Amino acid sequence: MIEITNLQKSYVTGNTSLHVLKGIDFSVKEGELVSIMGSSGSGKSTLLNILGMLDEADQGTYMLDNTPIKNLNEKIAAQYRNKFLGFIFQSFNLINYKTAVDNVALPLYYQKVGRKERDEKAMHYLEKVGLADWANHLPNQLSGGQKQRVAIARALASDPKVLLADEPTGALDTKTSYEVMELIQGINEEGRTILIVTHEPDIAEMTKRVVNLKDGRIIDDRLVNQIKASAHV
Amino acid sequence: MFNIERWQEIFETISKNKLRTFLTSLSVAAGIFILVILLGFSSGIENGVRTQFEGDATNRIQVSTRTTTKGFNGLNPGRKLQMTNSDYETLNVKYEDQIEYKTSLYNTWGGEINYKEKQGSYRIEGAFPDQQFIENATLTQGRFLSQSDVDESRKVAVLGYQMKEDLFPNTDPIGEIILVNNNINFTVVGVYTDPGGSREESRLFIPMTTAQKVFNAGENINRIAYTVKMSDNFDAAVALSAAMRQSIDQDLRTKFSVAPDDRIAVRVNDTLEEAKKIYSLIDTIRMVFWFIGIGTIIAGIVGVGNIMLIVVKERTKEIGIRKALGALPSEIIWMILQESIFITALSGLIGLFAGVGLLQLIAPYAETDFINNPTVDFTTSITTVIILIVAGTLAGFIPARRAANIKPIEALRDE
Repeated sequence: MIEITNLQKSYVTGNTSLHVLKGIDFSVKEGELVSIMGSSGSGKSTLLNILGMLDEADQGTYMLDNTPIKNLNEKIAAQYRNKFLGFIFQSFNLINYKTAVDNVALPLYYQKVGRKERDEKAMHYLEKVGLADWANHLPNQLSGGQKQRVAIARALASDPKVLLADEPTGALDTKTSYEVMELIQGINEEGRTILIVTHEPDIAEMTKRVVNLKDGRIIDDRLVNQIKASAHV
Repeated sequence: MFNIERWQEIFETISKNKLRTFLTSLSVAAGIFILVILLGFSSGIENGVRTQFEGDATNRIQVSTRTTTKGFNGLNPGRKLQMTNSDYETLNVKYEDQIEYKTSLYNTWGGEINYKEKQGSYRIEGAFPDQQFIENATLTQGRFLSQSDVDESRKVAVLGYQMKEDLFPNTDPIGEIILVNNNINFTVVGVYTDPGGSREESRLFIPMTTAQKVFNAGENINRIAYTVKMSDNFDAAVALSAAMRQSIDQDLRTKFSVAPDDRIAVRVNDTLEEAKKIYSLIDTIRMVFWFIGIGTIIAGIVGVGNIMLIVVKERTKEIGIRKALGALPSEIIWMILQESIFITALSGLIGLFAGVGLLQLIAPYAETDFINNPTVDFTTSITTVIILIVAGTLAGFIPARRAANIKPIEALRDE
């Protein structure tokens, strides 16, 4: 599903150049649930941004679902994001004047799906994350866990190839974190490929594979015995 | 532009950000409102001045003589200059080719006129039939003076509309006998209206020859009035008219031995040149009002542009989210642009209607000699609407481009 080779990235600020990614080789197969770990500054967020086409690599190749991701202009990047990827952010990033169902429907709007079908699909995914009753609430009327569930429903709405989650539990307490992880595990069970960036070991243990990053290189890439989040809830 | 889904998206954004929308709208509505009021009054002034001015034919030349104020060629100041029929006839022959209508006039002020028990004091003017065209008078009843009235010195009279109102409020004046200065009977043959208003409609016209007889004027005349033949080219007509004015002026000064700089003794007025001045004045007034109005609109546009910039800044994160979810840059541009056009157009229309409405409301109370019917015509309204849409596009464009350039990654970091 994802194939990257020798990915490099530096940030230039003034005279100093910061080499963030120093050659990453990495691949993810369909249906995997991978966590990318590392302390802050290890380059894990940069990697995720490049995978998410929010940022571009200086060197190296990136294949997503057999499509080479290169020479992106804004337009193509937007089309690819919409087609291939679903995003889950630490700070949820819901649009605060739109109701839960409208937030979920937004990616479908950019896929030019008609309003009726959009609303039906959005409701379907809200039901999936257990928030059908909250469909017409605004984000500020929801708890953190509920907001992240809405964000997950939104990420799923466009039926993406890969879900990219950036510290999805970073703003949540432990119990809520496990609830969200349970949902993510469930989605993965249905065959969806998911990448999670986290610095919490217990969250990483709930995935199927852990990739450790340090100073812009992969230092460790191992399969783990997945701990079911439901066991903790 | 006519994508229903996008409009729904925009209406949703607008309806959920009411205060912001309201503030944006206010500056535009105010700008258009002021522009409409200014343009309304500009056209009101234009109408007013035009009406004042077009009371008489615009191509008129009027000749009169008074008393000399300066000595010349050994003659003392204070001589009274009196034109006679022969002066009139000499000029008629000399300028025959340029003259369109002509009349000499003899008038008395404050003539007493009686009809049955009603009575009033009016100006009585002896004139030729052409006077009707020189005065821009229109007949409402009967006929004007005829050549045979003049030839036979008939005692017939044409009433101004104001006089008809005063003396014949409920009766048909045609054929009635009025008594002038308590001793002479005249038969009313017609009633005229004059665009110059009630003052100009308070005059009684009688045949020139009759006037000279009944007022014991002999061959004397007070004034001469001509209209010059108009050519298609306004400037050429103005030049011709001015040349004729100067030439007549010179003729009379020679005849009466008047100092060339004695402006009081011989007066020859040329309305066409005045007309040119007034038309250029009207043009200037209109330009000034448009200038102020456009300035106001520009201030409004800058206001909207500023607010849209703030909006984009405020919505940076939202735009980042939209882009992360797959919004194309063009969709972001259209979203901001369409919102800005929609807000400017709608609030501008509100301003337009408020302005037009207020003008309609106050128009009857704002009538003075120089303001008449201060309204905004259809073309002006359309022009302002087009200005609005252009303004909306301009106001939205820079913020929209900035929004489209927002990097989703930076926007999402923007906490």
